[in-house]
Amino acid sequence: MPELFHRKLERSAIGFVIAIIAAASVGGIVEIAPLFTIDETVEEAPDMRLYTPLELAGRNIYIREGCYACHSQMIRTLRDEVERYGPYSLAVESQYDRPMLWGSKRTGPDLARVGGKYSDFWHVAHLTNPRDVVPESNMPAYRWLARNALRTDDLPQHLAAQKALGVPYTDEMIENAARDAYGQATPDTEFASGVTERYGEATQVSAFDGVTTQVTEMDALVAYLQILGRLTDAAYRDTAATEQPPDPED
Amino acid sequence: MLANLTSSERQNALILAGGVTLVGAVMAIMGRSDVLGVHGVIVMLFGGVVSWMVMASFYGPEPAEDRAASYYDDPIKVGIALAMAWAVFGMFMGVWVAAQLAWPDLAFDAAWSSFGRLRPTHTSGVIFGFGGNALIATSFHVVQRTSRARLAGQVSPWFVLLGFNLFCVLAISGYLLGVTQSKEYAEAEWYADLWLVIVWVTYFMLYIATIARRKEPHIYVANWYFMAFILVVAILHIVNNLAIPVSWGHAKSYTIWPGVQDAMVQWWYGHNAVAFFLTAGFLGMLYYYLPVRAQRPIFSYRLSILSFWGITFFYMWAGSHHLHYTALPHWVQTLGMTFSVMLLVPSWASAGNALLTLNGAWHRVRDDATLRFMMAAAVFYGLSTFEGSFMAIRPVNSLSHYTDWTVGHVHAGALGWVALITFGSLYTLVPSLWKREGMYSATLVEVHFWLAIAGTLIYVFAMWNSGIIQGLMWRTYTEEGSLAYSFLDSLVAMYPYYIARAFGGLLFLIGAVIGCYNMWMTVRAAPLAATRAADAPVLPAAVPGE
Repeated sequence: MPELFHRKLERSAIGFVIAIIAAASVGGIVEIAPLFTIDETVEEAPDMRLYTPLELAGRNIYIREGCYACHSQMIRTLRDEVERYGPYSLAVESQYDRPMLWGSKRTGPDLARVGGKYSDFWHVAHLTNPRDVVPESNMPAYRWLARNALRTDDLPQHLAAQKALGVPYTDEMIENAARDAYGQATPDTEFASGVTERYGEATQVSAFDGVTTQVTEMDALVAYLQILGRLTDAAYRDTAATEQPPDPED
Repeated sequence: MLANLTSSERQNALILAGGVTLVGAVMAIMGRSDVLGVHGVIVMLFGGVVSWMVMASFYGPEPAEDRAASYYDDPIKVGIALAMAWAVFGMFMGVWVAAQLAWPDLAFDAAWSSFGRLRPTHTSGVIFGFGGNALIATSFHVVQRTSRARLAGQVSPWFVLLGFNLFCVLAISGYLLGVTQSKEYAEAEWYADLWLVIVWVTYFMLYIATIARRKEPHIYVANWYFMAFILVVAILHIVNNLAIPVSWGHAKSYTIWPGVQDAMVQWWYGHNAVAFFLTAGFLGMLYYYLPVRAQRPIFSYRLSILSFWGITFFYMWAGSHHLHYTALPHWVQTLGMTFSVMLLVPSWASAGNALLTLNGAWHRVRDDATLRFMMAAAVFYGLSTFEGSFMAIRPVNSLSHYTDWTVGHVHAGALGWVALITFGSLYTLVPSLWKREGMYSATLVEVHFWLAIAGTLIYVFAMWNSGIIQGLMWRTYTEEGSLAYSFLDSLVAMYPYYIARAFGGLLFLIGAVIGCYNMWMTVRAAPLAATRAADAPVLPAAVPGE
């Protein structure tokens, strides 16, 4: 007589609370816990590099401005998506992403592999006023990004927080975070070489917004957009993709 | 506001408000070189205003001795006012962001007013501001009446209500300042999240303690839903928001969940915010106010049990249907899809139970717009849960995901179900709480009803059209086997629908403004109820259902 039992349960507030917690816990435990224990969940990608301090700062601007509300970063395993955006996204590509920015809506196109597809100059023009380059666009203009100086003094703390969570930043990277952010956006200074030393020869060092006298939020955001999809070649190797990975020299 | 508090309770209230002010001061000092400092000042101001209000009536007369012989309705009244204020704010923001998609220059070239920053002010404003305050207010009302007991605290209901609104203020002002975790429907940063945990635990303790005082042997079904809402939202909130701040002086934090695991945790949270915030709590409203208004007992007790445990168990598995065809392992996607389809059973059991309760009261549905609000809410609940199960099927999702169809689906639920049941409940609750004969104007309730229905239908049809067109254009191939449309082609096709959607939302907003006016006038000008059955915990009151 299940009903009789339920009549009993209804008389005990604590019993009811425990029953709710028990019923509601199962789904989450079964679906989430194994994601940490099953090895195939995240693929291997030994060539994967970390976000540079400038790219991480740019990523935080992308988050701050809510870009994820209109742009996904997750190419699904569907033919039309692979043909439109490139090889489908792998879990390993976002293994250092806290939070992930897979998104849920495409008012604008997917950005998972936008890195290297457009020039820095195009990105700056587009972010300054999207309708200058794409007349039909409904994207907001982000003119203030080029005016705002990027805050770099706290970047070591950002990298240290990431390291505490398991992202393999070295002490050297943390120590030099502010200098590296400056160096990546000013190719002609002494700080530029440290960036490629620490993050790899393929790292794009460039005057992203065209101005080297000041490192702006525009520099950071464009640096981030240009690395999207280029942290590892894993998606081009282990899938049926016919495309070649983008050439870092482009 | 304080007439019901003894002087020692007023002291406690003052200590709490002073404590909050002090915490604000510490935040302002720690975060002086960051936006955290701005939030410190906001917390200080909030605590200061509350302290000032407590002090202003600190030496008022002591309350009458027999407080336990009456219900505690003051926080409910304030909660209703806050809910309606947030409704207007949140819906206005919705209309604004909708208009920005059609006319992007409506951002006026400022950072705070760009789409990405305004969008979460709309979602948090309506979900937490409007929905949350309505849930707190109605749950305080329902738990007292169905338990025939006064709330088990004098200061704590105020702490819960005002503390929750402080959370809303921090969340929404944060988005405008660029403070966000980017987790959808959990955008507020670590310090606001910690504060909400404190508020929410107090809410739970208060609720359970009130139920423990009940003079009815059984806990009424509405309270099952309110308990599930409070408990599960606490679990979801804590797990999803686990993060470490960059420093104690930074607003910014990094979540402990990386990449694919973060995606799963986020949508486990996101979908169950829909389930336990926007469904369970509002089913609690439905199970009390609908039978009261229809003057009919709930159709089936067994269906209530089936749907309650079905919703509590199944929903927690369904979140992964937000991640079909992504890098999330296939087995998790399949589990999410399966449970989403099974969810239709308890969902339709609830909707059917509500509609069958109206059997014998359909003439009231015809004549009484308030009851019609609740009837329409049950219909939309049935429709949007069907749509939800349908969209969770993997091949359907391949078309609908990332498109406006999802947005349309959410609004069929949020406008058609959540907002309509809330308006129906508040139109029932306001006259009874202020002891009026009825609402100030039945005609205005009628006008609000039709504006809300028209707005919802225009909105949902616009988004169905745009979403399906978008999804189809993205996957259309030419005869030569290449993609037929560029992304831009699909965007250009959206403009007419974006304008229609903004118009539908505007109608809904106008309805809410009319509702505010009507409630205001009810409190100010409606005649007092001549004879009303005694409404006190010591007297036997009719409990609906059972």
